[in-house]
Amino acid sequence: MTERPDGVLRAWTSCGDEIIDVSPAAARGVLQWLRDTPGQEFNYLVDLTAVDYRDPERPLEVVYNLRSLHRRADLRVKVPLDKSQPLVVDSVVDLWKGADWLEREVYDMFGVTFRGHPDLRRILMWDTYAEGHPLRKDFPLRGHFTRAEQTRQALAANPEAHYSLEELSLAEAYAELPEDVRKRLAAGQRGFVP
Amino acid sequence: MELTRPPEESSPPPAEIAGVSPNFITTKLDFLVNWARSNSLWPMPFGTACCAIEFMATAAGRFDLARFGMERMSFSPRQADVFICAGRVPFKLAPVLRRIWDQMPQPKWCISMGACASSGGIFDTYSMVQGIDTVVPVDVYVPGCPPRPEGLIYGIMLLQKKIKGETLADSSLRQEYLLDERGLFLPPDKIDEISEPFGNSVHQTRSA
Amino acid sequence: MSTRTVEWTLATPSVGPDGRQIRVPLGLPSPAPDGGDEFAERMLINLGPQHPATHGVLRLVLELEGERVVRCIPHIGYLHSGFEKLGEYRHYNQIIPLTDRTDYLSPMANNVGLALAAEKLMGITITERCSVLRVIACELSRIISHLVWMGTTGIDLGAFTPFLWTFYERERVYNLQEAWTGARLTTSLTRVGGMMADVPSGWNDQLRDFCRSLPKTLDEVDALFTRNAIWCGRTQGIGAIGKEEAINYSLSGPMLRASGVPYDVRKDAPYLGYDTYDFDVPVGEHGDVYDRYRVRLEEMYQSTRILEQALGRLAGLDGAPLNVSDPRVILPPKSRAMSDMEAMIFHFKQVMEGVPAPPGETYLGIENPKGELGTYFVADGTAKPVRWRIRPPSFINLACLPRLCEGALLSDVIAINASVDIVMGEIDR
Repeated sequence: MTERPDGVLRAWTSCGDEIIDVSPAAARGVLQWLRDTPGQEFNYLVDLTAVDYRDPERPLEVVYNLRSLHRRADLRVKVPLDKSQPLVVDSVVDLWKGADWLEREVYDMFGVTFRGHPDLRRILMWDTYAEGHPLRKDFPLRGHFTRAEQTRQALAANPEAHYSLEELSLAEAYAELPEDVRKRLAAGQRGFVP
Repeated sequence: MELTRPPEESSPPPAEIAGVSPNFITTKLDFLVNWARSNSLWPMPFGTACCAIEFMATAAGRFDLARFGMERMSFSPRQADVFICAGRVPFKLAPVLRRIWDQMPQPKWCISMGACASSGGIFDTYSMVQGIDTVVPVDVYVPGCPPRPEGLIYGIMLLQKKIKGETLADSSLRQEYLLDERGLFLPPDKIDEISEPFGNSVHQTRSA
Repeated sequence: MSTRTVEWTLATPSVGPDGRQIRVPLGLPSPAPDGGDEFAERMLINLGPQHPATHGVLRLVLELEGERVVRCIPHIGYLHSGFEKLGEYRHYNQIIPLTDRTDYLSPMANNVGLALAAEKLMGITITERCSVLRVIACELSRIISHLVWMGTTGIDLGAFTPFLWTFYERERVYNLQEAWTGARLTTSLTRVGGMMADVPSGWNDQLRDFCRSLPKTLDEVDALFTRNAIWCGRTQGIGAIGKEEAINYSLSGPMLRASGVPYDVRKDAPYLGYDTYDFDVPVGEHGDVYDRYRVRLEEMYQSTRILEQALGRLAGLDGAPLNVSDPRVILPPKSRAMSDMEAMIFHFKQVMEGVPAPPGETYLGIENPKGELGTYFVADGTAKPVRWRIRPPSFINLACLPRLCEGALLSDVIAINASVDIVMGEIDR
């Protein structure tokens, strides 16, 4: 990378991978710049995850693995989040739609809130899971509660009897569906060939 | 039919079988009914993970389950006889498992296929049920990760043997064990006891 | 076998000359353009998590307007086992058995993916024989995964016979896997720096026989499906997604290639010497269910091609070393460990403490049958990773299911779900 916008904390390599660390405030701007700038064109989000280090002093990092398909270039963007503050970073769902579920998983496993995500709720654990965020290092392998308590809470949770607010609101919101979806439904089309 | 909890280990076995005392007619009837039941077990394949693939392989051409009368997989629990839990069961799936078990009408049996369904397997983690016997009553445990199709077939044959040893005169066999008022199938200390990490696995990796 | 082209015409084509689907009017009045009250009746139904056609414990909440799906919301997590958490308490070699159980339809490929990532992290270069054997493992995994896919998709759409044929072919690969590793499904094939064992004698001939007979079975399935009016009617034009959207949704594998994006990790970021093998990558056009079927079918033929080339190389590498010769990474042979002090110490250190990785991090993606399987390791100098992240192709592919099911009929949802080729073990980890 020849030109770096503000917000980049450092650039380094590890095992042949190029990595940049970006501050949380500048993260979304940098990611958008990486996607949209000709010459960068990182149009493919390979992965979005987070790392919680064993050393409690180190910040929790949200990791974006980006790829430019036609340039065949990879880049990793890491955003360190101070654990003494609330863990918040901007969502990139509108940049790459693949980030939707990936951000939900990071929220579920690490407790990082993504500002601007349309539907940030737990994805792997059930919605009312009360033990915490499993992949944090302060979460023990077998969980906080006893097995009996975990079993009791699980049997009481009954996830499929609950529908999310999104689902319930959709049932009454035909008028608010996107225009093209409504047009296609009205025309009786079954899927469409692009 | 009374709905009760599974009998505590400390209570003495019943002195005589509840209901009719066995005679020539009941034993012949038992033979017929048990023969019919054991040779037409319709499985409810609750397949979750890798064991489900081995179950499918057991049902396919090479290890054929059709010769046991089990080729009709009933995915509706209402029409199933034997609940085969093939694969690991996390806590999120536990209420689903329990509900499907409850939806099955008597007579019903349960086969726990694989190490994860029997005891949690290699997944002694925050999200895994440590053996489905904490949630439903199990008749046959088939160990293996995954058990070979021959192993599963052996487990099914053991279940057939168990069924052939049953009697209509004993009404306690067909008792339905529901969740108690706490919302649990087993008492909490029992669940903790059978879920404890055991053996060498805890020390080998020096992990938590 | 070189590239195959199939020219065909159907008696009742479902795709018109302009490339759009020909719609047969159902004879029902179309709804008022503003939505109207007559279509305010919408059903919210629940498909799963226990359902024969959801390919595992997947729950789909479907909002239906009559038979048509307005919105589809997948719920996952019913198989979440805590793999990534568990990996933080295991040495790198101890994580390999865990990878068998994520994508249990193609276990050897997962083993290879993890070992390659760990070797990249530790800076180890594997031997040539090991590379060729790993290519064979990956391609066999690709074949068995696509065979499962074909069999189960056939069942979902109503065709039972190919399921029996494909599972019979899988049994033949299971024989190969069992002869090599001792296990049919949970192979745990690789180790960091090498493999668990070399192939037994006679294995190469068995594999050669398999390569000769598999295309015949594939031809039979091809004859049943490719020009079948029912199959085409149920798969063409269904669940289509375009190129740009596919890239934006981070799709990978046959899902991406069926939409016309010619991206294959084996060609674009080669590993294990894939750039030295001669094979083609099938790329679709419309991105619908039918194209995904054609892409996967053709991939199996191409995998057979690669296997034959790999077998040729293997013949020339008879007696070559399999594992790296570094005793700090690979266990010494048991006879030496029992007799020689130094070998015993190496054995002890590896088994009790594991092989430490230098501080750093790495990501490596391989072309799994389902898509790009990535392994992201963060190491801190100990033998256990700080973070083991699996980049699950099925998870990311499934996220676009709501987009694919927009406006589809309920029975199309089954076909689309089948075409995404998911494995819940990988999605939920």
